[in-house]
Amino acid sequence: MFINAFLLALREIRRNLMRSLLTMIGIVIGIASVIAMVNIAKGASLSVTESVSKLGSRILYIVPGQARGMGGQSTTARPFEPQETEVLKKSVYAIEAVSGVENTTLTAMYRDRNYHTGIRGVEGDFLTIQEWKIASGRAFEKSELRSGQSVCIIGQTVLKKLFGSDIDPIGKRIRLEHFSCTIIGTLAKKGANTFGMDQDDVILVPLKMFQRRIGGTNKIRLIMASVKKGIPLDEATLQIRRILREQRHLPKDAEDDFSIFTMQALLSTISDITTILTVMLGFVAAISLVVGGIGIMNIMLVSVTERTREIGIRLAVGATSDDILTQFLIEAIVLSALGGMIGILLGLFISWIVSKTLQIALVVDPMTITVALVVSMGIGILFGFIPARKAARKNPIEALRYE
Amino acid sequence: MIDLRKIVKYYGAGEARTEVLKGIDLKVEKGEFLAIMGPSGSGKSTLMHIIGCLDRPSSGAYLYRGRRLDLLDNDQRAYFRRYKIGFVFQGYNLLKKTTALENVEMPLVYQGKRMKERRALAKKALESVGLGNRLYYEPNELSGGQQQRVAIARAIVTAPALLIADEPTGNLDTATSHEIMKLLTRLHQEGNTIIIVTHENDIAAYAGRVIHLRDGMIVREQNHVH
Repeated sequence: MFINAFLLALREIRRNLMRSLLTMIGIVIGIASVIAMVNIAKGASLSVTESVSKLGSRILYIVPGQARGMGGQSTTARPFEPQETEVLKKSVYAIEAVSGVENTTLTAMYRDRNYHTGIRGVEGDFLTIQEWKIASGRAFEKSELRSGQSVCIIGQTVLKKLFGSDIDPIGKRIRLEHFSCTIIGTLAKKGANTFGMDQDDVILVPLKMFQRRIGGTNKIRLIMASVKKGIPLDEATLQIRRILREQRHLPKDAEDDFSIFTMQALLSTISDITTILTVMLGFVAAISLVVGGIGIMNIMLVSVTERTREIGIRLAVGATSDDILTQFLIEAIVLSALGGMIGILLGLFISWIVSKTLQIALVVDPMTITVALVVSMGIGILFGFIPARKAARKNPIEALRYE
Repeated sequence: MIDLRKIVKYYGAGEARTEVLKGIDLKVEKGEFLAIMGPSGSGKSTLMHIIGCLDRPSSGAYLYRGRRLDLLDNDQRAYFRRYKIGFVFQGYNLLKKTTALENVEMPLVYQGKRMKERRALAKKALESVGLGNRLYYEPNELSGGQQQRVAIARAIVTAPALLIADEPTGNLDTATSHEIMKLLTRLHQEGNTIIIVTHENDIAAYAGRVIHLRDGMIVREQNHVH
């Protein structure tokens, strides 16, 4: 009986192909958006996780002031003194490497070429923290760092922009607006970070030189530290807090006047936002599915009326009202399940396109597909029931007389 | 085989109550060919619906081989129609855009017969009504007489105990009407029990027995000898 009802349903759908396709559109859109959304969200968070771990999941960012929400800082933030990084390095066991960091942007010039790029004043441990290798030349020497000599290490992007591929930059002098420095090394390629910023678009100079020539102060506004393997970030954070509070003579009941960030925290914020977005979009998709279901109900009601005579004939040759109910219910289920399948294909297609354009991972979640299929069939049952019951309740004599 | 006792059918209640059948007593034996005649409004369609288990009497008893059919519920009546009754209607009532073969197969689907058996039985039934070469035609490709033959094939494919034809020639011209009646006569001679409803004398003349209905009562009965 079920197989026959299924074949009958397929035939009925083929018979009214245009109408059936239009009826399915609601379900198709609903399911497609659910599939696309879930896949894109999963792909995006996978990509974020990957790139954050590339960025260094064991790196702590210590900044002056208390963060007020995302990125906001109190105005009374007291920057760090140079000795504070020294103390951190000496007294915090959990820290593997630590470096004060200053950032700005300047135009770098070599002969007739100039290029606007990021300048970063760093200490010796910076390359260790970033797990950044030297591609050619050498790293800073202790003496260069201590006295703040005019030497620099350039990233691959800067190298390409200023020198092209055929000039060896080592030993060349470049001008950074009102001073110049000698290139002693180049950095290995790192690529874009989580936020799409080119990490190779940078020139590293000794922090001391940065402070003297650009910053004009020996205060530090960002300390980066990497945590030893095997020590939890929370533990390291705790130790740093204790030392810094001591250093800064904070009374017991005072708030910290500095903040410690990890990439993990950032990651969880991002995933929170993604979850909220997914839930909201899922809600929209659910509405679309309900609308699709009502569309199916509407068409099935029309179909039941149109086929009153057929129902009468079937009842006359011995169909029970349950047989009629089954027939129309299965037709509604097949209709919405077909819509669901088309929706799944469309959703996968959309995920594929988005993953190509945004360059995020393409994740196909079999669980989501199964759920989508079950849900679409459920919609068929839910919204097909009323029309099917209407068909099953018809009186055979009246149905046979129906014109 | 069939025994109707004091069958009454009315619609509505109180002042608005209209009696369509006012106490019908009728016996039909196995192998009989009975015609029910009467003007419109005489209650012959209602009587046919009750005999065919499409409707139930308001009072009275309907016995089939001693079994009370008037006490059956909807599903039980559906099963009775499924296995014991074949209907032929005035308007053919074939499924549109469905081949003759599939139309004839339809009652067998509800009997739960397998595809192969259904095909074979339906083919045989269509051949017996002379449409062996029209198996894959759809109703709109067939003439009225051919459509009614498909309907007859559909009615006999289950080998029912009783074949009921409601104005089977009502939509057909005279020549085709007589062809259909000859077909029904042949089926009767092959052992089928047939009841037809008609208002035409020359159609009723094919039947062995004719009962005349007027205002819900049997007013006259005649027997033909063929």
